[in-house]
Amino acid sequence: MKMSGSKILIESLRKEGVDTIFGYPGGALIPIYDVLYGEESIRHILVRHEQGAVHAADGYARSTGKAGVCLVTSGPGATNTVTGIATAYMDSIPMIIITGQVNTNMIGNDAFQEADIVGITRPCTKYSYLVKRTEDIAQTVKEAFYIATTGKPGPVLIDIPKDVTTGTAKFSYPESVSIRSYNPTYKGHVGQVKKAVDAMAKATKPLIFIGGGIIASDAAGQLKKFTDQVNIPVVSSLMGLGGFPGDNELFLGMCGMHGTYHANMAMTHTDLLIAIGVRFDDRVTGNISKFAPNAKIIHIDIDPTSISKNVPADIPIVGDASDIIKNMNEVLKKVDCNWKGMYKKWLEEIGDWKRSNPLHYKQGKTTIKPQYVIEQIYEMTKGKSVIVATEVGQNQMWTAQFFPFLEPRTFLTSGGLGTMGYGLPAAIGAQVAFPNKLVFDIAGDGSIQMNIQELATAVQHKLPVKVIILNNGYLGMVRQWQEFFFDKRYSHTDMQAQPDFVKLAEAYGALGLRATKVSEVNDVLKKAIEATIPVVVDVRVDREENVYPMVPAGGAINEMLLA
Amino acid sequence: MRHTISILVENHFGVLSRISGLFSGRGFNIDSLSVAETIDAGISRMTIVTRGNDQVIEQITKQLNKLVDVIKVVDHTEGEFVSRELALIKVNAEEKNRDEILRITDIFRGKVVDVSPQTYTIEVTGTQDKIEGFINMIRPLGIKEIARTGRVAMSRGMKSLKN
Ligand SMILES: Cc1ncc(C[n+]2csc(CCOP(=O)(O)OP(=O)(O)O)c2C)c(N)n1
Ligand SMILES: [Mg+2]
Repeated sequence: MKMSGSKILIESLRKEGVDTIFGYPGGALIPIYDVLYGEESIRHILVRHEQGAVHAADGYARSTGKAGVCLVTSGPGATNTVTGIATAYMDSIPMIIITGQVNTNMIGNDAFQEADIVGITRPCTKYSYLVKRTEDIAQTVKEAFYIATTGKPGPVLIDIPKDVTTGTAKFSYPESVSIRSYNPTYKGHVGQVKKAVDAMAKATKPLIFIGGGIIASDAAGQLKKFTDQVNIPVVSSLMGLGGFPGDNELFLGMCGMHGTYHANMAMTHTDLLIAIGVRFDDRVTGNISKFAPNAKIIHIDIDPTSISKNVPADIPIVGDASDIIKNMNEVLKKVDCNWKGMYKKWLEEIGDWKRSNPLHYKQGKTTIKPQYVIEQIYEMTKGKSVIVATEVGQNQMWTAQFFPFLEPRTFLTSGGLGTMGYGLPAAIGAQVAFPNKLVFDIAGDGSIQMNIQELATAVQHKLPVKVIILNNGYLGMVRQWQEFFFDKRYSHTDMQAQPDFVKLAEAYGALGLRATKVSEVNDVLKKAIEATIPVVVDVRVDREENVYPMVPAGGAINEMLLA
Repeated sequence: MRHTISILVENHFGVLSRISGLFSGRGFNIDSLSVAETIDAGISRMTIVTRGNDQVIEQITKQLNKLVDVIKVVDHTEGEFVSRELALIKVNAEEKNRDEILRITDIFRGKVVDVSPQTYTIEVTGTQDKIEGFINMIRPLGIKEIARTGRVAMSRGMKSLKN
């Protein structure tokens, strides 16, 4: 039996287990939307801007581990997705972006709403397709999901001309897929694993450094088994938070530019760095020539290009993190070593660093400190299932520092690209996937205005996300740099001209709340947590609070500004 | 250091732009790039001549391998491969120069492939050094136009670039 291309597309998505599409219609998509009309097995979330669709699909993907799917029209619909795609690409998030395209015979003619979206997004997609024939749709979808979700995950774009969606073909969905030019390595090299364990047996100051790869490979469980055996302390990049319990004794917090003092000191003094699923971003290493100067480096990653790119690895192990740590756990048991007690002195040394310079802030009687708000959110939601998205800037760094993430896939943040406007749509995506969890967007007053229109999406689809704006009336992170390095010349970072966020929330049909004094914080947070509709909380915080510690750009990470 | 890299790629739409985009996006050099189908029409072979220290070359080969359409990448080792380039060179062929042009062409085992009252078009193949040698000899006589293919390369002996 023949089917239309549109029907084939939707059937193919169903075969992939897709239950949600984040999208926005347009001329090139009308045939596809016609198939979605009344379709019950796939939920369509109508966003208010295509960037929102991509970030929402991203939030869905980060919180579930499944590929997020978005659907946008040709031309401006497609170009509006670029920031979202680049955001997902930098953080290796599995995602399928389906873009409408003008009819095949019009391509290249500067037709109405034509954009070469495959060309525009080539540098920020893992792969992309322009589907030229209706009979190719099913195979393309199969391959796209396979590529997006295997190896190092990433966004894959499928561009479908309108006539391909209206044409007909026989539908049969491929059972399996193999691509001769694409064969990711999963199994770590056994010899390298042995070498790594040998190095551990010789080390006196080992340190585990985790990144987003721990979460992508679902390795948190194996990692915990590993540290339970060997008692090696753990630091994390921004992307790795949640990959190891944030309240565990062995956890030293985030390292790098706004890392904790003890994490950065440990990084500088370790003699064996066990780096797992990280790419040694410059925000982590600081001055690379002074990074981990005494350390032998074991680097476990599925992506060979991240090994020895910025930091040379002594023992590279290419493969799936979860699988490799599992191997290490087995090899460890056979080595005659007092793993549990071996690094006691090192742990004491780290404990001294921690006591000498813990994360700190002073909450006075009236003015609200942003860090306090974050700690209160954590305290008041203890024992509940919580997902926290952030925007970008100080709000993001304080969340990373002061909210202990206990489980993977509970922290959604744009790490690599640092995209303001990410948090609200990402929170929406996560809330769609987990209707019963408490989903927060910890926001800045600047960032939230970049995709505030998605409040309407949350209201329409009854997604009770909780936006907590740490409102300092500044583009705070940029202001902080201006304060430290540009003589307090606050050039164009004062943003007190802002909407009344409470009224704005109400105008959208959400709940609007405000706190201006410390004494009001708990009360508004309580109301926000209990709300069954989307909430915006405007928390007026200390305007010139700074994020500490801070490693000035170009500095070594043990040279931190502490207060 | 100069490196010659052979790549087998799926003959897919946009593959050339993925590869050239990789080089430009990451600031790698391309001295020359040549590409054509292999005996399997679904697979193209590219030869890229590039420059960089060991770390850069390692990144280039890894990044190429990471591209979904790339089947195989070989960074040829010095001395263990043969390489050739072809050039077409149109020279001024005034009466007084004609004999000299033909003599130089002969020495370099070139061929005259087109003749007009004012010009000769000469084909030379060989290593890059040879082609540059020929160009240097012929330049004083007046080169009007030049087209070079860039290097193609193959491992010596039994080794072959199979998918
Ligand atoms: C789309 C985008 N534009 C610009 C920037 C640069 N930038 C980084 S942080 C920041 C300030 C963010 O201000 P706000 O959202 O109020 O957060 P705060 O730092 O005050 O918590 C800016 C402008 C960015 N990261 N993303
Ligand atoms: Mg702000």
